[in-house]
Amino acid sequence: MDSIHAHYPYWVVLTLLVIGLWGMLLKGNLMKKVVGMTIFQSAIILFFILSAYKVGGTVPIYDEALGVGDPSLYINPLPHTLMLTAIVVGVAIVGEALALLIVIYRTYGTLEEPVLVERMK
Amino acid sequence: MGASRSVIVVLVSRLVAPLIQIFSFYVIFHGHYSPGGGFQGGALLAASILLLRLTCGREESQKNFRSDLGLMLGPLGAMTFLVVGLIMISGGSFLDYQHTPLLRLEPAQMRSFAILIVEVAIGLAVMATLISIFDNLSAPSRKEDSS
Amino acid sequence: MNPPHLVILIPLIFFSGALLIPLLERWRHGCAYGVAVASAAVGALVTVAGLVEVSSGGTLRYQVSGWAPPIGIELVLDPLSAFLSVMLASVALLVLVHSGSVVRRELPGKAMPLYSTALLLVGALLGITITGDLFNLYVFLEISSLASYALLALGDRKAPVSAFRYLILGTVGASFYLLGLGFVFMTTGSLNMADLKLILSNLESSPPLLVGLVLITTGVGLKMALFPMHGWLPDAYTYASSTATALIAPIGTKIAAYVLIRIFFFVLDPGFASGEIPLTTAIGYLGAAGILWGSILAIAQTDLKRMLAYSSVGQIGYIALGIGLASPMGFIGAILHMVNHAVMKGCLFLVSANFLSRLGHADIRRFNDSTRVHMPWTAAGFTMAALSMIGLPPFAGFFSKWYLILGSVEESNWVFVAVILISSLLSAVYFFRLIERIYLRSPGRDSKYPDEAGGAAAPDGGREEVSASMLAPTLILASALLVLGLLNVWIVNRLIQPMIPAGL
Repeated sequence: MDSIHAHYPYWVVLTLLVIGLWGMLLKGNLMKKVVGMTIFQSAIILFFILSAYKVGGTVPIYDEALGVGDPSLYINPLPHTLMLTAIVVGVAIVGEALALLIVIYRTYGTLEEPVLVERMK
Repeated sequence: MGASRSVIVVLVSRLVAPLIQIFSFYVIFHGHYSPGGGFQGGALLAASILLLRLTCGREESQKNFRSDLGLMLGPLGAMTFLVVGLIMISGGSFLDYQHTPLLRLEPAQMRSFAILIVEVAIGLAVMATLISIFDNLSAPSRKEDSS
Repeated sequence: MNPPHLVILIPLIFFSGALLIPLLERWRHGCAYGVAVASAAVGALVTVAGLVEVSSGGTLRYQVSGWAPPIGIELVLDPLSAFLSVMLASVALLVLVHSGSVVRRELPGKAMPLYSTALLLVGALLGITITGDLFNLYVFLEISSLASYALLALGDRKAPVSAFRYLILGTVGASFYLLGLGFVFMTTGSLNMADLKLILSNLESSPPLLVGLVLITTGVGLKMALFPMHGWLPDAYTYASSTATALIAPIGTKIAAYVLIRIFFFVLDPGFASGEIPLTTAIGYLGAAGILWGSILAIAQTDLKRMLAYSSVGQIGYIALGIGLASPMGFIGAILHMVNHAVMKGCLFLVSANFLSRLGHADIRRFNDSTRVHMPWTAAGFTMAALSMIGLPPFAGFFSKWYLILGSVEESNWVFVAVILISSLLSAVYFFRLIERIYLRSPGRDSKYPDEAGGAAAPDGGREEVSASMLAPTLILASALLVLGLLNVWIVNRLIQPMIPAGL
């Protein structure tokens, strides 16, 4: 029980990952797959940001009161910058997925996968 | 969008959109030493225009941002980023901002200045791209079978 | 040049071309093709210059923004990256030259987005090849994936659906890579490849590191279409336009295999990935399964493009098998097969585009003697590429399989030897079937399709050989197979031997 209590943020991230994967792979509606993908990517972004946290650290913006001598007073900014890029990538992917969904809907008239497979034949 | 448009919604969004844009400029210009930056500010700028697209209708809001500008400003912003990076090759590596050829300031100030230019270019590019994505997704469907 | 600006120019030329095309298209309509070919030509020349520079001078390192690694991002042009970047840029150049009339016929009005996206794809793949930073690799991987989803969606009615499926699976793959990278970063604190090599050689293996490596392997394996994760490939390649397939099939999956090679043999100690956890062994056996699966299913296909797609699944298996051997011979075999398969598959997909444009179809059951009579050069190119795929000397395909067999015998892995030999026989089946049809089967024999004999009108009206812009790249790639085969010894000794990592 102690391992769950001490690391509960990682369990939350794991739950989100599984929900996202389940949505992406097992749901029948294409739109729900896109939603699952968004949840999955958000979970990974949360995971990185969790790794940046230091107990007692503050936001990594220069503060005159604290100075720059002791790095343990600021949380690690590198994962945050990496995740900025990952968020932009996620936005681009969702934009492209939605564009593909629009084209599919206009061509076939449905977004449900079983109906889509039928109409593709 | 055939139903009658609510006057309150239209009026409020036309009042709020310029405020959103000013806030987004604030976010862009503060990007290099505080939270913010090109992508975030560009997304806010796009949000302001998209608000007008949604409330005032597609044709009305063309006056705010013409749809066919999107595909031109996007590459233009990205090209500005690349060109700024390439200019730096004259002194050092690609994107090495301390070698801005025109100014004679300290490296830290030159970097700050060049990053500002790059952030504005990115904001422009992101805004244009997001608006053009929305325009393409919500365009009335064409008659022919497009893929 | 100090620092070597050559390195940054390699992807930059393609990115600038991709950004210039929408702007120039507005100014003068119809220039997209010209700009694309010009950018690709300049880019290919720069990559060749890079290879020459690296072969004589040694590895080139470029610090972007002047910040020294591991704080800054570093681009590294070592013999492996230079070699692969030349392969990438030249195949892309030939496919882009070929694409002019294809795009006019298959995708009217979409020339500008197609060329812009194609240049983005090639630029991003080159970026993956030359980067020295694992997160930068993720960014380029996603750029190339996004470009390929868009490219594959431009095609017939079914193309967007297969592109969407590829999008979902590809995003899963890239996200797994990012997650694995997160674990590795948390364990070591660095993202730079050279720096990681130092840190990891002193570190004991710990659960987060192993989990990270397995996740990275799974993610990249998805992109590479390694055996159980190849489901997206046949549909995506079949329904897309000929140019998109010809661009993505030869080079897309190979670069994912390159990522695995880079991580297993250059970032980790080569013994780590094969000794501590049997990752390379797993990849080797999955590759073997993929070889058999792809070859067997290819025999059952009736559409030429789909047959080539399943054959691609099999060929990726060879490269995975080479990685799985984790020995110098296996390494040489894998790298050589990457190059050979890029040229072979590029030629084959261009041939299928030629058939599609002149005959109006790519249905194997309808090929007959008249194909050879009317399109002799294309048929010759097809035959050369097919013989190389089967693995007959003096074509290039024989030599890569030879090294793989030598490596398997060295490691006493008789399963791999058997798989390679059986699959060569299987590919002989499905290629000779086509060669027999094109060269020996007279039109009258097919009672099901008698109209082919008379000369049913193709969409283009003529049934003669395709135009020079389509024929020249096909023949250049086909003759390159012969050249690569004959110059094989020089290539291995001069170019590939220097890139074998120490300790393999």
